Amino acid sequence: MADVRDRTGHDDAPLSTAKDGERAQIVASELDGAKGDTLSGKTVTINRPRDELFAVWRDFSNLPKFLDNVISVEQLSDGRSHWTVRGPGERTVEWTSVVTQETPGELIAWTTEEGADVPNSGRIEFRDAPGGRGTWVTATVLYDPPASVVGKIVAKMFQREPAIQARRDLRRFKQFMETGEVATAARTRKQLDEENA
Amino acid sequence: MRALTWHGKHDVRVDTVDDPDILNPRDAILKITSTAICGSDLHLYDGYIPTMQAGDILGHEFMGEVVEIGRDSTLQKGQRVVVPFTIACGSCFHCSKHQYSACDNGLPADNQDIAQTLYGQPMSGLFGYSHMTGGYAGGQAEYVRVPFSDVGPIVIPDGIEDDKVLFLSDILPTGWQAAENAEIEPGDTVAVWGCGPVGLFSVQSAFLMGAERVIAIDHFPHRLELARKFGAETINFEETKTYEALMEMTGGIGPDACIDAVGLEAHGFFADNVWDQIKASTFLGTDRTHSIRQAILACRKGGRVSMPAVYGGFVDKFPLGAFMEKGLTLKTGQTHVQHYLPGLLNAIMEEKIDTTFLISHRLSLEQAPDGYKMFHDKQNEVTKVVLKPGLDLARVP
Repeated sequence: MADVRDRTGHDDAPLSTAKDGERAQIVASELDGAKGDTLSGKTVTINRPRDELFAVWRDFSNLPKFLDNVISVEQLSDGRSHWTVRGPGERTVEWTSVVTQETPGELIAWTTEEGADVPNSGRIEFRDAPGGRGTWVTATVLYDPPASVVGKIVAKMFQREPAIQARRDLRRFKQFMETGEVATAARTRKQLDEENA
Repeated sequence: MRALTWHGKHDVRVDTVDDPDILNPRDAILKITSTAICGSDLHLYDGYIPTMQAGDILGHEFMGEVVEIGRDSTLQKGQRVVVPFTIACGSCFHCSKHQYSACDNGLPADNQDIAQTLYGQPMSGLFGYSHMTGGYAGGQAEYVRVPFSDVGPIVIPDGIEDDKVLFLSDILPTGWQAAENAEIEPGDTVAVWGCGPVGLFSVQSAFLMGAERVIAIDHFPHRLELARKFGAETINFEETKTYEALMEMTGGIGPDACIDAVGLEAHGFFADNVWDQIKASTFLGTDRTHSIRQAILACRKGGRVSMPAVYGGFVDKFPLGAFMEKGLTLKTGQTHVQHYLPGLLNAIMEEKIDTTFLISHRLSLEQAPDGYKMFHDKQNEVTKVVLKPGLDLARVP
Protein backbone atom coordinates (compact mmCIF):
# COMPACT_ATOMS: atom_id res chain seq x y z
CA MET A 1 0.00 0.00 0.00
CA ALA A 2 1.26 3.44 -0.81
CA ASP A 3 0.57 6.37 1.46
CA VAL A 4 -3.03 7.44 1.72
CA ARG A 5 -3.96 9.64 -1.19
CA ASP A 6 -7.03 11.53 -2.16
CA ARG A 7 -9.26 8.96 -3.86
CA THR A 8 -11.63 11.59 -5.18
CA GLY A 9 -9.21 12.44 -7.95
CA HIS A 10 -8.35 16.07 -7.19
CA ASP A 11 -4.58 15.61 -7.14
CA ASP A 12 -1.74 13.27 -6.21
CA ALA A 13 -0.78 14.80 -2.87
CA PRO A 14 -0.99 12.83 0.40
CA LEU A 15 -4.16 13.46 2.40
CA SER A 16 -2.10 14.57 5.37
CA THR A 17 -1.37 17.75 3.40
CA ALA A 18 -5.02 18.49 2.65
CA LYS A 19 -6.35 21.89 3.64
CA ASP A 20 -9.59 20.22 4.67
CA GLY A 21 -8.97 18.62 8.07
CA GLU A 22 -11.98 16.35 7.76
CA ARG A 23 -10.14 14.24 5.27
CA ALA A 24 -8.64 12.50 8.29
CA GLN A 25 -11.84 10.46 8.05
CA ILE A 26 -10.73 9.07 4.72
CA VAL A 27 -7.47 7.95 6.31
CA ALA A 28 -9.40 6.42 9.16
CA SER A 29 -11.54 4.47 6.74
CA GLU A 30 -8.45 2.72 5.43
CA LEU A 31 -7.10 1.66 8.82
CA ASP A 32 -8.22 -1.44 10.70
CA GLY A 33 -9.61 -0.35 14.06
CA ALA A 34 -8.81 3.32 13.54
CA LYS A 35 -8.74 5.34 16.74
CA GLY A 36 -8.47 9.09 17.03
CA ASP A 37 -9.59 11.98 14.87
CA THR A 38 -6.49 14.16 14.62
CA LEU A 39 -4.23 13.30 11.70
CA SER A 40 -0.46 13.66 11.60
CA GLY A 41 1.47 12.51 8.57
CA LYS A 42 5.13 13.08 7.82
CA THR A 43 7.69 11.66 5.43
CA VAL A 44 11.46 11.68 5.82
CA THR A 45 14.13 10.41 3.41
CA ILE A 46 16.73 8.18 5.02
CA ASN A 47 19.91 7.34 3.17
CA ARG A 48 19.75 3.61 4.07
CA PRO A 49 18.17 0.51 2.45
CA ARG A 50 14.47 -0.18 3.06
CA ASP A 51 14.90 -3.64 4.58
CA GLU A 52 17.44 -2.40 7.12
CA LEU A 53 15.14 0.39 8.28
CA PHE A 54 12.16 -1.93 8.50
CA ALA A 55 14.09 -4.48 10.56
CA VAL A 56 15.26 -1.90 13.09
CA TRP A 57 11.77 -0.45 13.49
CA ARG A 58 10.05 -3.84 13.67
CA ASP A 59 12.12 -4.75 16.72
CA PHE A 60 10.07 -2.45 18.94
CA SER A 61 12.63 -2.67 21.74
CA ASN A 62 14.82 -0.39 19.56
CA LEU A 63 12.25 2.40 19.50
CA PRO A 64 13.20 4.13 22.79
CA LYS A 65 16.65 4.79 21.28
CA PHE A 66 15.19 7.43 18.95
CA LEU A 67 11.53 7.96 19.90
CA ASP A 68 12.14 10.68 22.45
CA ASN A 69 9.18 10.16 24.74
CA VAL A 70 8.96 6.41 24.59
CA ILE A 71 10.35 5.04 27.84
CA SER A 72 9.88 1.38 27.04
CA VAL A 73 8.11 -1.00 24.68
CA GLU A 74 7.51 -4.48 26.02
CA GLN A 75 6.73 -7.10 23.40
CA LEU A 76 3.77 -9.29 24.34
CA SER A 77 2.31 -12.22 22.40
CA ASP A 78 0.10 -12.06 19.29
CA GLY A 79 1.68 -8.93 17.83
CA ARG A 80 0.77 -6.97 20.97
CA SER A 81 3.13 -4.63 22.78
CA HIS A 82 2.88 -2.52 25.91
CA TRP A 83 4.06 1.09 25.64
CA THR A 84 5.14 3.44 28.41
CA VAL A 85 5.45 7.02 27.21
CA ARG A 86 6.21 10.36 28.80
CA GLY A 87 3.15 12.59 28.84
CA PRO A 88 2.76 16.28 29.59
CA GLY A 89 4.41 17.43 32.80
CA GLU A 90 5.59 14.64 35.04
CA ARG A 91 2.97 12.17 33.86
CA THR A 92 3.56 8.94 32.01
CA VAL A 93 0.89 7.45 29.79
CA GLU A 94 0.53 3.79 28.83
CA TRP A 95 -1.26 1.71 26.26
CA THR A 96 -1.26 -1.69 24.71
CA SER A 97 -0.92 -1.66 20.97
CA VAL A 98 -1.68 -4.43 18.48
CA VAL A 99 -0.21 -4.81 15.00
CA THR A 100 -3.13 -4.93 12.60
CA GLN A 101 -1.21 -5.26 9.38
CA GLU A 102 2.36 -6.08 8.48
CA THR A 103 4.11 -6.41 5.13
CA PRO A 104 7.80 -7.18 5.65
CA GLY A 105 10.04 -4.44 4.34
CA GLU A 106 7.08 -2.17 3.61
CA LEU A 107 4.47 -1.54 6.24
CA ILE A 108 3.47 -1.87 9.88
CA ALA A 109 0.03 -0.71 11.02
CA TRP A 110 -1.24 -0.66 14.59
CA THR A 111 -4.07 0.33 16.82
CA THR A 112 -4.41 0.62 20.59
CA GLU A 113 -6.54 -1.73 22.67
CA GLU A 114 -9.36 -0.61 24.97
CA GLY A 115 -8.21 1.35 28.02
CA ALA A 116 -5.36 3.25 26.33
CA ASP A 117 -4.46 6.56 28.02
CA VAL A 118 -4.05 8.11 24.57
CA PRO A 119 -5.98 6.07 21.98
CA ASN A 120 -4.04 6.08 18.71
CA SER A 121 -3.65 4.18 15.49
CA GLY A 122 -1.59 4.52 12.39
CA ARG A 123 1.01 3.03 10.17
CA ILE A 124 4.63 3.38 9.26
CA GLU A 125 5.57 2.78 5.64
CA PHE A 126 8.89 2.21 3.95
CA ARG A 127 9.27 2.90 0.22
CA ASP A 128 12.32 3.04 -2.04
CA ALA A 129 13.13 6.70 -2.61
CA PRO A 130 13.38 7.73 -6.28
CA GLY A 131 16.83 8.20 -7.72
CA GLY A 132 18.51 5.68 -5.41
CA ARG A 133 18.40 8.11 -2.49
CA GLY A 134 17.56 5.51 0.12
CA THR A 135 14.12 5.10 1.65
CA TRP A 136 11.06 7.24 2.20
CA VAL A 137 9.69 6.61 5.65
CA THR A 138 6.15 7.85 6.21
CA ALA A 139 4.48 7.86 9.60
CA THR A 140 0.72 8.39 9.59
CA VAL A 141 -0.79 8.70 13.05
CA LEU A 142 -4.38 9.20 14.13
CA TYR A 143 -4.80 10.10 17.76
CA ASP A 144 -7.08 11.65 20.31
CA PRO A 145 -5.31 14.64 21.83
CA PRO A 146 -4.76 14.08 25.56
CA ALA A 147 -7.87 14.96 27.53
CA SER A 148 -9.15 18.06 25.78
CA VAL A 149 -8.20 21.07 23.71
CA VAL A 150 -6.62 22.49 26.85
CA GLY A 151 -4.72 19.25 27.22
CA LYS A 152 -3.43 19.63 23.70
CA ILE A 153 -2.21 23.16 24.32
CA VAL A 154 -0.49 22.06 27.50
CA ALA A 155 1.00 19.11 25.66
CA LYS A 156 2.26 21.40 22.91
CA MET A 157 3.94 23.66 25.43
CA PHE A 158 5.75 20.67 26.81
CA GLN A 159 6.41 19.41 23.29
CA ARG A 160 4.63 16.18 23.98
CA GLU A 161 2.11 16.81 21.25
CA PRO A 162 1.99 13.85 18.88
CA ALA A 163 2.14 15.82 15.61
CA ILE A 164 5.28 17.73 16.67
CA GLN A 165 6.69 14.64 18.28
CA ALA A 166 6.18 12.52 15.16
CA ARG A 167 8.12 14.99 13.04
CA ARG A 168 10.99 15.19 15.51
CA ASP A 169 11.04 11.46 16.14
CA LEU A 170 11.32 10.74 12.41
CA ARG A 171 14.33 13.08 12.32
CA ARG A 172 15.85 11.20 15.24
CA PHE A 173 15.23 7.88 13.48
CA LYS A 174 16.99 9.33 10.43
CA GLN A 175 19.94 10.51 12.55
CA PHE A 176 20.18 7.16 14.31
CA MET A 177 20.17 5.22 11.04
CA GLU A 178 22.39 7.56 9.01
CA THR A 179 24.94 8.54 11.65
CA GLY A 180 24.68 5.84 14.32
CA GLU A 181 23.73 8.34 16.99
CA VAL A 182 21.12 10.95 17.89
CA ALA A 183 22.49 14.49 17.73
CA THR A 184 22.60 16.48 20.95
CA ALA A 185 23.95 19.92 21.72
CA ALA A 186 24.43 19.08 25.39
CA ARG A 187 27.94 19.76 26.67
CA THR A 188 27.94 17.59 29.77
CA ARG A 189 26.49 14.24 30.78
CA LYS A 190 24.39 16.07 33.35
CA GLN A 191 22.82 18.34 30.70
CA LEU A 192 22.08 15.36 28.47
CA ASP A 193 20.38 13.51 31.32
CA GLU A 194 18.26 16.58 32.05
CA GLU A 195 17.25 16.82 28.39
CA ASN A 196 16.20 13.20 28.37
CA ALA A 197 14.35 13.36 31.65
CA MET B 1 36.96 24.90 32.97
CA ARG B 2 37.01 28.58 32.05
CA ALA B 3 34.86 29.72 29.13
CA LEU B 4 33.75 32.94 27.46
CA THR B 5 30.00 33.17 28.00
CA TRP B 6 27.31 35.45 26.62
CA HIS B 7 25.04 37.27 29.04
CA GLY B 8 23.43 39.98 26.94
CA LYS B 9 24.21 42.97 24.78
CA HIS B 10 27.86 44.00 25.24
CA ASP B 11 28.08 41.63 28.20
CA VAL B 12 30.41 38.68 27.77
CA ARG B 13 32.29 37.17 30.70
CA VAL B 14 34.81 34.48 31.45
CA ASP B 15 33.03 32.04 33.76
CA THR B 16 33.89 28.73 35.37
CA VAL B 17 31.63 25.99 33.99
CA ASP B 18 31.61 22.17 33.96
CA ASP B 19 34.04 20.46 31.60
CA PRO B 20 32.48 18.83 28.54
CA ASP B 21 31.89 15.06 28.39
CA ILE B 22 31.90 12.52 25.57
CA LEU B 23 28.19 12.01 24.91
CA ASN B 24 28.01 10.23 21.57
CA PRO B 25 30.20 7.54 19.98
CA ARG B 26 31.67 9.85 17.34
CA ASP B 27 32.53 12.69 19.77
CA ALA B 28 35.94 13.99 20.70
CA ILE B 29 36.99 16.49 23.37
CA LEU B 30 39.64 19.06 22.50
CA LYS B 31 41.85 21.12 24.72
CA ILE B 32 41.75 24.48 22.95
CA THR B 33 45.07 26.00 21.98
CA SER B 34 43.86 28.86 19.74
CA THR B 35 40.44 30.34 19.08
CA ALA B 36 39.53 33.50 17.19
CA ILE B 37 36.80 36.09 17.60
CA CYS B 38 34.89 36.24 14.31
CA GLY B 39 33.26 39.36 12.88
CA SER B 40 30.00 37.48 13.17
CA ASP B 41 30.58 37.07 16.93
CA LEU B 42 30.18 40.84 17.13
CA HIS B 43 26.55 40.46 16.10
CA LEU B 44 25.98 38.21 19.09
CA TYR B 45 27.85 40.82 21.13
CA ASP B 46 25.60 43.55 19.76
CA GLY B 47 22.54 41.49 20.65
CA TYR B 48 21.23 41.20 17.07
CA ILE B 49 20.90 37.44 16.99
CA PRO B 50 17.80 35.90 18.56
CA THR B 51 17.64 32.58 20.42
CA MET B 52 20.73 33.31 22.53
CA GLN B 53 20.58 32.25 26.16
CA ALA B 54 22.54 33.65 29.10
CA GLY B 55 25.56 31.45 29.74
CA ASP B 56 25.96 30.27 26.13
CA ILE B 57 29.63 29.63 25.30
CA LEU B 58 30.69 31.48 22.14
CA GLY B 59 33.30 30.72 19.48
CA HIS B 60 33.21 28.87 16.17
CA GLU B 61 36.82 29.35 15.01
CA PHE B 62 39.04 27.08 17.07
CA MET B 63 41.66 24.37 17.16
CA GLY B 64 43.28 22.27 19.80
CA GLU B 65 44.67 19.00 21.02
CA VAL B 66 42.56 15.84 21.18
CA VAL B 67 42.32 14.80 24.83
CA GLU B 68 39.41 12.36 24.79
CA ILE B 69 37.67 10.32 22.10
CA GLY B 70 34.41 8.42 21.76
CA ARG B 71 34.28 4.79 20.60
CA ASP B 72 33.73 5.68 16.91
CA SER B 73 36.01 8.70 16.60
CA THR B 74 38.87 8.23 14.16
CA LEU B 75 41.08 10.76 15.97
CA GLN B 76 43.84 9.86 18.41
CA LYS B 77 44.67 11.51 21.68
CA GLY B 78 47.48 14.01 21.29
CA GLN B 79 46.66 14.94 17.69
CA ARG B 80 46.33 18.63 16.86
CA VAL B 81 43.22 19.42 14.84
CA VAL B 82 41.35 22.36 13.35
CA VAL B 83 37.56 22.08 13.54
CA PRO B 84 35.08 23.34 10.89
CA PHE B 85 32.48 25.75 12.25
CA THR B 86 29.77 23.74 10.48
CA ILE B 87 28.68 20.56 12.28
CA ALA B 88 28.00 17.91 9.64
CA CYS B 89 27.46 14.16 9.84
CA GLY B 90 29.26 13.05 6.69
CA SER B 91 26.71 10.37 5.83
CA CYS B 92 23.47 12.04 4.73
CA PHE B 93 22.59 12.83 1.10
CA HIS B 94 23.95 16.38 1.30
CA CYS B 95 27.22 15.40 2.97
CA SER B 96 27.72 12.72 0.31
CA LYS B 97 27.54 15.55 -2.23
CA HIS B 98 29.99 17.56 -0.10
CA GLN B 99 27.28 20.10 0.69
CA TYR B 100 28.29 19.95 4.34
CA SER B 101 26.62 23.15 5.50
CA ALA B 102 23.34 21.66 4.29
CA CYS B 103 23.79 18.54 6.44
CA ASP B 104 20.49 16.95 7.47
CA ASN B 105 21.73 15.66 10.80
CA GLY B 106 23.96 18.34 12.32
CA LEU B 107 21.13 19.99 14.25
CA PRO B 108 19.43 18.27 17.17
CA ALA B 109 15.95 17.20 16.03
CA ASP B 110 14.14 19.65 18.30
CA ASN B 111 16.23 22.60 17.06
CA GLN B 112 15.38 21.92 13.42
CA ASP B 113 11.88 23.40 13.63
CA ILE B 114 12.97 27.06 13.60
CA ALA B 115 15.10 26.78 10.46
CA GLN B 116 12.53 24.55 8.81
CA THR B 117 9.88 27.21 9.37
CA LEU B 118 12.11 30.10 8.24
CA TYR B 119 13.91 28.49 5.32
CA GLY B 120 11.84 25.47 4.35
CA GLN B 121 14.46 22.96 5.46
CA PRO B 122 16.86 22.82 8.40
CA MET B 123 20.58 23.51 7.86
CA SER B 124 23.69 22.08 9.52
CA GLY B 125 24.57 22.91 13.11
CA LEU B 126 27.10 25.60 14.03
CA PHE B 127 29.31 25.93 17.09
CA GLY B 128 28.60 28.73 19.55
CA TYR B 129 26.04 30.60 17.52
CA SER B 130 22.59 30.67 19.15
CA HIS B 131 20.06 27.92 19.62
CA MET B 132 18.66 28.29 16.14
CA THR B 133 21.88 26.75 14.88
CA GLY B 134 21.77 23.98 17.45
CA GLY B 135 22.79 25.53 20.73
CA TYR B 136 26.19 23.84 20.63
CA ALA B 137 28.78 25.20 23.05
CA GLY B 138 31.56 27.05 21.22
CA GLY B 139 35.33 26.92 21.41
CA GLN B 140 36.23 30.13 23.25
CA ALA B 141 36.93 27.95 26.24
CA GLU B 142 39.55 25.64 27.65
CA TYR B 143 37.77 22.56 26.28
CA VAL B 144 35.10 21.79 23.73
CA ARG B 145 33.00 18.77 22.75
CA VAL B 146 33.22 18.11 18.99
CA PRO B 147 30.45 15.93 17.50
CA PHE B 148 31.15 13.86 14.35
CA SER B 149 34.88 14.11 15.05
CA ASP B 150 35.56 11.44 12.41
CA VAL B 151 34.27 13.80 9.69
CA GLY B 152 34.99 17.43 10.57
CA PRO B 153 38.39 18.01 12.17
CA ILE B 154 41.53 17.99 10.07
CA VAL B 155 44.77 16.75 11.64
CA ILE B 156 47.62 19.28 11.50
CA PRO B 157 51.13 17.91 10.95
CA ASP B 158 53.73 18.70 13.61
CA GLY B 159 55.79 21.82 13.11
CA ILE B 160 53.06 24.06 11.69
CA GLU B 161 52.13 26.69 14.24
CA ASP B 162 48.50 27.37 15.15
CA ASP B 163 48.41 30.86 13.64
CA LYS B 164 49.04 29.49 10.16
CA VAL B 165 46.14 27.02 10.18
CA LEU B 166 43.56 28.35 12.66
CA PHE B 167 41.57 30.11 9.94
CA LEU B 168 40.87 26.83 8.17
CA SER B 169 37.98 26.65 10.64
CA ASP B 170 35.90 29.27 8.85
CA ILE B 171 37.14 32.43 7.18
CA LEU B 172 39.76 30.97 4.83
CA PRO B 173 37.47 28.33 3.26
CA THR B 174 34.68 30.92 3.26
CA GLY B 175 36.82 33.34 1.25
CA TRP B 176 37.94 30.52 -1.02
CA GLN B 177 34.39 29.26 -1.64
CA ALA B 178 33.34 32.83 -2.42
CA ALA B 179 35.98 33.03 -5.15
CA GLU B 180 35.06 29.58 -6.43
CA ASN B 181 31.40 30.63 -6.60
CA ALA B 182 32.47 33.63 -8.71
CA GLU B 183 33.53 31.12 -11.41
CA ILE B 184 36.58 33.18 -12.30
CA GLU B 185 37.98 32.92 -15.81
CA PRO B 186 41.43 34.05 -17.00
CA GLY B 187 41.38 37.75 -17.76
CA ASP B 188 38.57 38.49 -15.36
CA THR B 189 38.25 41.58 -13.23
CA VAL B 190 36.75 40.66 -9.87
CA ALA B 191 35.29 43.22 -7.47
CA VAL B 192 35.16 42.40 -3.76
CA TRP B 193 32.92 44.36 -1.39
CA GLY B 194 34.34 44.28 2.13
CA CYS B 195 37.95 43.82 3.23
CA GLY B 196 37.26 41.97 6.42
CA PRO B 197 38.90 38.57 6.79
CA VAL B 198 36.57 36.85 4.31
CA GLY B 199 36.98 39.62 1.74
CA LEU B 200 40.77 39.58 2.09
CA PHE B 201 40.87 35.81 1.67
CA SER B 202 38.59 36.18 -1.37
CA VAL B 203 41.12 38.61 -2.84
CA GLN B 204 43.96 36.10 -2.40
CA SER B 205 41.83 33.23 -3.68
CA ALA B 206 40.64 35.15 -6.75
CA PHE B 207 44.22 35.79 -7.85
CA LEU B 208 45.12 32.12 -7.27
CA MET B 209 42.16 31.17 -9.47
CA GLY B 210 43.43 33.29 -12.34
CA ALA B 211 41.80 36.70 -11.95
CA GLU B 212 43.67 39.37 -13.91
CA ARG B 213 42.58 42.16 -11.59
CA VAL B 214 40.85 42.39 -8.23
CA ILE B 215 39.23 45.60 -7.05
CA ALA B 216 38.63 45.72 -3.30
CA ILE B 217 36.07 48.04 -1.72
CA ASP B 218 36.00 49.17 1.91
CA HIS B 219 36.30 52.32 4.01
CA PHE B 220 38.90 51.30 6.60
CA PRO B 221 42.29 52.52 5.30
CA HIS B 222 44.23 49.78 7.08
CA ARG B 223 42.07 47.05 5.55
CA LEU B 224 42.39 48.57 2.08
CA GLU B 225 46.14 48.62 2.62
CA LEU B 226 46.09 44.87 3.35
CA ALA B 227 44.12 44.24 0.16
CA ARG B 228 46.65 46.29 -1.80
CA LYS B 229 49.44 44.13 -0.38
CA PHE B 230 47.89 41.13 -2.11
CA GLY B 231 47.80 42.99 -5.41
CA ALA B 232 44.29 44.39 -5.36
CA GLU B 233 43.35 47.86 -6.56
CA THR B 234 41.16 49.63 -4.06
CA ILE B 235 38.12 51.86 -3.75
CA ASN B 236 37.40 53.74 -0.51
CA PHE B 237 33.64 54.15 -0.68
CA GLU B 238 33.69 57.06 1.72
CA GLU B 239 35.70 59.10 -0.74
CA THR B 240 34.66 57.58 -4.03
CA LYS B 241 31.39 56.84 -5.86
CA THR B 242 31.69 53.07 -6.02
CA TYR B 243 29.50 52.29 -9.05
CA GLU B 244 30.97 55.11 -11.10
CA ALA B 245 34.52 54.12 -10.17
CA LEU B 246 33.94 50.45 -11.03
CA MET B 247 32.56 51.41 -14.43
CA GLU B 248 35.49 53.73 -15.15
CA MET B 249 38.03 51.18 -13.90
CA THR B 250 36.61 48.53 -16.25
CA GLY B 251 36.24 50.64 -19.38
CA GLY B 252 32.48 50.94 -18.93
CA ILE B 253 31.89 47.19 -18.85
CA GLY B 254 31.58 46.46 -15.14
CA PRO B 255 33.41 43.71 -13.21
CA ASP B 256 33.06 40.20 -14.60
CA ALA B 257 32.42 38.84 -11.15
CA CYS B 258 31.31 40.56 -7.95
CA ILE B 259 31.80 39.17 -4.45
CA ASP B 260 29.72 40.58 -1.62
CA ALA B 261 31.75 39.93 1.52
CA VAL B 262 29.93 42.52 3.60
CA GLY B 263 26.37 41.49 4.46
CA LEU B 264 26.38 41.65 8.19
CA GLU B 265 29.56 39.63 8.50
CA ALA B 266 27.24 37.36 10.40
CA HIS B 267 26.58 33.65 10.28
CA GLY B 268 23.33 34.82 11.55
CA PHE B 269 19.70 35.37 11.17
CA PHE B 270 17.36 38.33 11.07
CA ALA B 271 20.22 40.65 11.74
CA ASP B 272 20.03 42.24 8.32
CA ASN B 273 16.41 43.08 8.96
CA VAL B 274 17.36 44.81 12.14
CA TRP B 275 20.26 46.59 10.52
CA ASP B 276 18.20 47.70 7.54
CA GLN B 277 15.62 49.10 9.90
CA ILE B 278 18.22 51.01 11.86
CA LYS B 279 19.67 52.37 8.64
CA ALA B 280 16.26 53.35 7.40
CA SER B 281 15.19 54.99 10.61
CA THR B 282 18.39 57.00 11.02
CA PHE B 283 18.87 57.88 7.33
CA LEU B 284 22.43 56.60 7.34
CA GLY B 285 24.25 55.97 4.09
CA THR B 286 23.49 52.72 2.41
CA ASP B 287 26.85 51.72 0.95
CA ARG B 288 27.73 49.02 3.40
CA THR B 289 24.58 47.06 3.97
CA HIS B 290 23.38 47.51 0.46
CA SER B 291 26.47 45.95 -1.00
CA ILE B 292 24.54 43.16 -2.68
CA ARG B 293 22.32 45.68 -4.49
CA GLN B 294 25.36 47.60 -5.65
CA ALA B 295 27.12 44.43 -6.74
CA ILE B 296 24.19 43.46 -8.94
CA LEU B 297 24.02 46.91 -10.49
CA ALA B 298 27.77 47.12 -11.19
CA CYS B 299 28.26 43.55 -12.42
CA ARG B 300 28.75 43.24 -16.17
CA LYS B 301 26.01 41.73 -18.32
CA GLY B 302 26.03 37.94 -18.06
CA GLY B 303 28.43 38.14 -15.08
CA ARG B 304 28.55 36.27 -11.81
CA VAL B 305 27.66 37.44 -8.32
CA SER B 306 28.99 35.51 -5.34
CA MET B 307 27.60 36.18 -1.90
CA PRO B 308 29.55 34.79 1.04
CA ALA B 309 28.01 37.55 3.12
CA VAL B 310 25.34 36.19 5.38
CA TYR B 311 21.74 37.23 5.14
CA GLY B 312 19.21 35.62 7.40
CA GLY B 313 15.86 37.18 6.77
CA PHE B 314 14.47 39.46 4.07
CA VAL B 315 15.99 42.30 2.13
CA ASP B 316 13.97 45.18 0.77
CA LYS B 317 14.40 46.58 -2.73
CA PHE B 318 16.33 43.64 -4.11
CA PRO B 319 17.07 44.67 -7.73
CA LEU B 320 15.41 41.65 -9.27
CA GLY B 321 14.88 43.44 -12.56
CA ALA B 322 18.57 44.22 -13.08
CA PHE B 323 19.42 40.71 -11.99
CA MET B 324 17.08 39.18 -14.55
CA GLU B 325 17.57 41.56 -17.45
CA LYS B 326 21.37 41.28 -17.29
CA GLY B 327 21.24 37.51 -17.01
CA LEU B 328 23.38 37.31 -13.89
CA THR B 329 24.21 34.19 -11.92
CA LEU B 330 24.12 34.31 -8.12
CA LYS B 331 25.84 31.70 -5.98
CA THR B 332 25.89 31.75 -2.21
CA GLY B 333 25.58 29.66 0.94
CA GLN B 334 27.25 28.86 4.22
CA THR B 335 30.65 27.33 3.66
CA HIS B 336 31.09 23.60 3.03
CA VAL B 337 34.23 23.80 5.18
CA GLN B 338 34.96 20.08 5.29
CA HIS B 339 35.16 19.96 1.49
CA TYR B 340 37.97 22.52 1.29
CA LEU B 341 40.18 21.54 4.22
CA PRO B 342 42.69 19.14 2.61
CA GLY B 343 43.36 21.42 -0.39
CA LEU B 344 43.68 24.57 1.68
CA LEU B 345 45.94 22.95 4.28
CA ASN B 346 48.19 22.00 1.38
CA ALA B 347 48.12 25.52 0.00
CA ILE B 348 49.18 26.83 3.42
CA MET B 349 52.01 24.29 3.71
CA GLU B 350 53.20 25.17 0.22
CA GLU B 351 53.03 28.84 1.26
CA LYS B 352 50.65 29.75 -1.55
CA ILE B 353 48.29 31.30 0.98
CA ASP B 354 49.29 33.44 3.94
CA THR B 355 46.87 33.77 6.82
CA THR B 356 49.02 35.16 9.61
CA PHE B 357 48.99 38.70 8.21
CA LEU B 358 45.47 39.02 9.52
CA ILE B 359 46.18 38.58 13.22
CA SER B 360 46.51 41.95 14.92
CA HIS B 361 46.08 40.84 18.54
CA ARG B 362 46.88 37.74 20.58
CA LEU B 363 45.23 37.62 24.00
CA SER B 364 44.66 35.12 26.79
CA LEU B 365 41.22 33.61 27.32
CA GLU B 366 40.79 35.69 30.47
CA GLN B 367 41.24 38.82 28.34
CA ALA B 368 38.48 37.76 25.92
CA PRO B 369 35.94 40.39 27.08
CA ASP B 370 38.56 43.09 26.34
CA GLY B 371 39.12 41.44 22.96
CA TYR B 372 35.44 41.73 22.10
CA LYS B 373 35.29 45.37 23.10
CA MET B 374 38.44 46.22 21.17
CA PHE B 375 37.34 44.37 18.03
CA HIS B 376 33.95 46.03 18.28
CA ASP B 377 35.23 49.58 18.82
CA LYS B 378 38.32 49.71 16.58
CA GLN B 379 37.66 47.91 13.32
CA ASN B 380 40.39 49.72 11.45
CA GLU B 381 43.31 48.57 13.58
CA VAL B 382 41.86 45.37 14.99
CA THR B 383 41.65 42.96 12.08
CA LYS B 384 41.65 39.71 14.04
CA VAL B 385 41.83 38.77 17.71
CA VAL B 386 43.13 35.30 18.56
CA LEU B 387 42.65 33.94 22.07
CA LYS B 388 45.22 31.56 23.51
CA PRO B 389 43.93 29.77 26.63
CA GLY B 390 47.51 28.60 27.28
CA LEU B 391 48.64 32.18 27.86
CA ASP B 392 46.64 32.26 31.09
CA LEU B 393 48.67 29.39 32.52
CA ALA B 394 51.89 30.97 31.35
CA ARG B 395 51.14 34.05 33.41
CA VAL B 396 50.62 32.21 36.68
CA PRO B 397 53.70 33.14 38.72
